[in-house]
Amino acid sequence: MQLYLPIAEVSANAFALLGIGGIVGILSGMFGVGGGFLVTPLLFFIGIPPTVAVATGANQVVASSVSGVLAQIRRKTVDFKMGTVLLIGGLIGSAGGVWLFNILRAMGQIDLVVQLAYVVFLGTVGGLMLRESLGAMRRARNPSAPVRRHQHGWVHGLPFKMKFRTSGLYISVVPPLLVGMSVGVLAAIMGVGGGFIMVPAMIYLLGMPTKVVVGTSLYQIIFVTAFTTVMHAVTNQSVDMLLALVLIFGGVVGAQFGTRIGARLKAEQLRILLALLVLAVCGKLALDLLLTPADVYNIAERGAA
Amino acid sequence: MIRLILLSLSLLLSALPARAERVVASLSQDTIAITASFDGSEVFVFGAVKREAPMPEGKPLDVVITLQGPSAPATVRRKERVAGIWVNTQAVEVDLAPAFYAVATTGPFEQVISQTEDLRHAVSIPRAIRSVGAPPDVQDAQAFTEALIRLRARSGAYRLEEGDVGIEEQTLFSTRFVLPANLVEGPYRARIFLTRDRDVVDLYETEIDVRKVGLERMLYTLAHERPLAYGLLALLLAVVAGWTASTVFRLLRT
Repeated sequence: MQLYLPIAEVSANAFALLGIGGIVGILSGMFGVGGGFLVTPLLFFIGIPPTVAVATGANQVVASSVSGVLAQIRRKTVDFKMGTVLLIGGLIGSAGGVWLFNILRAMGQIDLVVQLAYVVFLGTVGGLMLRESLGAMRRARNPSAPVRRHQHGWVHGLPFKMKFRTSGLYISVVPPLLVGMSVGVLAAIMGVGGGFIMVPAMIYLLGMPTKVVVGTSLYQIIFVTAFTTVMHAVTNQSVDMLLALVLIFGGVVGAQFGTRIGARLKAEQLRILLALLVLAVCGKLALDLLLTPADVYNIAERGAA
Repeated sequence: MIRLILLSLSLLLSALPARAERVVASLSQDTIAITASFDGSEVFVFGAVKREAPMPEGKPLDVVITLQGPSAPATVRRKERVAGIWVNTQAVEVDLAPAFYAVATTGPFEQVISQTEDLRHAVSIPRAIRSVGAPPDVQDAQAFTEALIRLRARSGAYRLEEGDVGIEEQTLFSTRFVLPANLVEGPYRARIFLTRDRDVVDLYETEIDVRKVGLERMLYTLAHERPLAYGLLALLLAVVAGWTASTVFRLLRT
């Protein structure tokens, strides 16, 4: 069944769109990532113009994150206090990121910077997570090996300490603010919610328990992507509501299944899967940069007169 | 009075020997409505040649029909390998390129219309694109325009259908244009050229109006006229959908 999208001005297969929404929803529920890093390339692949894909993707992530976070709240695995601190940093960062984005666009190399940013960040994050979770699995099989539960480093020496009861942490607000800010900058430049960077940063930099990370990340993503959606709608008129509706329908259903799958898997397995997925997307993008393209010319469409 | 006008009209017509053959044509539709289930369309063009005098001797009659969508500027970029990765290095702005352009003829293009006539009426695909200048660092601007045509031809937006116009007894002609599903809104100009010995003897022009209707129209207008309200509505939709799904699934489980 074909569906004509009024803003994208293309006709797309409704079932393909539902499928994309569903896949992203499952990921969102399982890992607490918004799935923006996947939905945008997938939409582009089926012929949706990039500007519409980015803006509408953000809108869809809002819905799947709301659906996911409600399931997490019922399981009491959302640290609202930590989420809010991260969010404050995130909004400051994304405002800065928009400013940086405009400078890069004026220099004419925004496409390349975005692609390189994807490859570098996805590669680093995916590689680190894979190594760490494989190590954790090995330790789990060999329980006699020593396990360090709480790492006390420079992070614990900073001022403005705050109690985060749900996460069981008593740390300074400076690191979460900085994490939020840097994710916000990247989110604005790369057009994603930033969950795939946020989740590992929460685990490894802030030392939050994996159980709380997913819900808290989703909670924070709702607001960042909501902000992005409205910004795109106002500045570029590139949010396609009909496209979003179909993606959302697939996404909200997928998110519910994802949350259930995530609850059954072990934390280490969950992390290995996410790491592999992140690395796969990274590999695909790296190939696009390295392989000779089918046609060295490309058309940058502008709105019809 | 009316008789006087008719009389003067017929006098005027007979005083125009160059227009001995005229096109009378019509399209199967003069509007195309884009609905949510729009999946491409087909336009049937048909017509006849009206003659005041016996058919002229010599070469047979040919027909060239074009259908042109709304034009807009486009940027064509070229990639080059820099330090191992493919980077957009050069760009050429094409001033006006139609979103859709199709040409159908009764025979091979060069044999039905001369280059002079092509230049005058901008009939062939390369002539339908207007490209004025290229930045000074680009030596081969022509290659960029050719790439634009090649890429759009590959996606089905530009077509040259030689021999697709059927003609009977040098009088009745017809052809069919297939319009793709990703149509851009706006007026689509149809032109019908009658040619003899590669010279244009008559030209008929008409328009098809391609419009979004219903829900498509509503969303498009709202997005462009009240973007903030549209953005907030999109958000509300997302939040309500997320909440509904979560609630429905909880109820299903209990």
